[in-house]
Amino acid sequence: MKILVSAKRVTDPDARIRLKSDLSGIQSEGLEFKLNPFCENAVEEAIRLRDSQGGEIVAVSIGTDDAATELRRALAMGADRAIRVAGNDAELDSDLVARVFVKIIQAEKPDLVIFGKQAVDGDSNQVAQLVAEYLGWGQACFVSHPEGSAGMTSQNPGLKVANGKVVAMREVDGGAEIVEVDLPAVVSADLRLNEPRLPTLPNIMKAKRKPLDEKTFADFGVTPNVKVKTVRYANPPERKAGIKVADVDQLLDKLTNEAKVL
Amino acid sequence: MSKILVIADHAGGQLRKGTLGVITFARQAAARNGGTVDIAVIGHNVGGVAQALTGYGAGKIYVVDSAELAKYTAQGHAQAVAEVARKAGATLVAACASTFGKDCMPRVAVKLEAGMASEVVGLGSGAGLTYVRPMWAGNVLGEVEIATPVHVVTVRTAEFDTAAPAGAPSPVETVATTVTAAALKQRLLEFRPTVSARPALTEARVVVAGGRGLKSRENFQIVYNLADILGAAVGATRAAVDAEFIENDYQIGQTGKIVAPDLYVGAGISGAIQHLAGMKNAKVIVAVNKDEEAPIFSVADYGLVADLFKVLPELTEKLKARKA
Repeated sequence: MKILVSAKRVTDPDARIRLKSDLSGIQSEGLEFKLNPFCENAVEEAIRLRDSQGGEIVAVSIGTDDAATELRRALAMGADRAIRVAGNDAELDSDLVARVFVKIIQAEKPDLVIFGKQAVDGDSNQVAQLVAEYLGWGQACFVSHPEGSAGMTSQNPGLKVANGKVVAMREVDGGAEIVEVDLPAVVSADLRLNEPRLPTLPNIMKAKRKPLDEKTFADFGVTPNVKVKTVRYANPPERKAGIKVADVDQLLDKLTNEAKVL
Repeated sequence: MSKILVIADHAGGQLRKGTLGVITFARQAAARNGGTVDIAVIGHNVGGVAQALTGYGAGKIYVVDSAELAKYTAQGHAQAVAEVARKAGATLVAACASTFGKDCMPRVAVKLEAGMASEVVGLGSGAGLTYVRPMWAGNVLGEVEIATPVHVVTVRTAEFDTAAPAGAPSPVETVATTVTAAALKQRLLEFRPTVSARPALTEARVVVAGGRGLKSRENFQIVYNLADILGAAVGATRAAVDAEFIENDYQIGQTGKIVAPDLYVGAGISGAIQHLAGMKNAKVIVAVNKDEEAPIFSVADYGLVADLFKVLPELTEKLKARKA
């Protein structure tokens, strides 16, 4: 089975992102970058499926030269090869990213494409769904492990692939769905799909020799126009600092007589 | 002038309240340029949902009721939504940023050759229709322009008031769909509902949430006890869900549910950025944590530095005594 996975470079998910004082963009000074956490789940799931069923994993990212760092991390986790398409986040939208992925998928012909359900910078949560629709494929989005953490052993994928179909559990409002999607299919990974492995030192060394192709939009015949553009940034309203109460009685008094919510 | 189409969110034949937040968003957008608002109800046996929406002053309520749509799939529902949007001549198609909207609406955008803005929290200040949406876990607000003739958005409904009924009853128009379930590449095999007698998390006036500090699934009972005396919904942090103290449906945060209740009580919650993204718009925030350095205190109106295993039962008992 051939699996294509996303491996986006994002700002450190645990960092408090702040805007520059002129609001032109985020303060990048001292900021670290990581592999998008949801993409880590996608890569991990691809490895579990390949290791149990055989096949190949291609990790893909659209980004600047630096995005190679996160692709190398995906390779060190266990992906077989990588493709980086040169692009700058500020000049992309979800639709353009999806159109590039569609071209790569048409060239690579994977059986399964696994995305992280959203990138923790733009928080759009669109690319997997857009790609599935452009290709006319079925999708299983926001997928978690049907057996919970007990099932998340490195040998046990949360996606069950057999007889030309993938069966998955989706996290939805009000419960969970068990869905079946014909292959080739698009999946988007939620955090509870698996526990991503940490790359070992030998695998980090090995990853340096794995193939990483550098491509451009022109290589895939994609015009880099966008439908959606962020034209302005603003700081969210700040909350006023509150007070510390001494005990439950004072808390009850404040909630009743000051905030009037009880 | 925009023609706005609100896609109703519903489950089990019942309207989901978030839809009324989308109607408020649609009214605001329509007020910008003299636009009109229609509503679409899509599914099977959804007459009751359409009925529940007739009093909100929509120009028309389009109803697509087909056995082929009885089981939700993104592929099938997106096709039906796009069909209605074309029929209505919609220039702005809006749905809740629920798991339905997030799953289905990007596919609608492709079908309508539209740009899409996710999790919209407000309209931009410019003359045309631009949309404000949170990025980086809500630490930044971005204002987006959509260059296509048709716009698709999902709306973070906690940011909009629940629409009040207004205007004349809306006429209902039935629309046929070309969706056939057998032609779809995906199928819903089973739905496993979360069973709870408490209010829905995204609709509750009061939310009591627990974090890793609860230490176990059993200990979460003290959160349930407090929630029940307050008539509150229960929520949790990602850490608590990951540790399986509680099901994923209760997760509040950047990648879980967004809540804006009148009162939020967080116990044993440190206040990770991704959790704050989901609750910092609550009107009143109470935090109970024994670590006085916990970041949640920076957004709390009332912080209590104490052991939650003492405080929560005491709070529950004192509220019970008041009621008696």
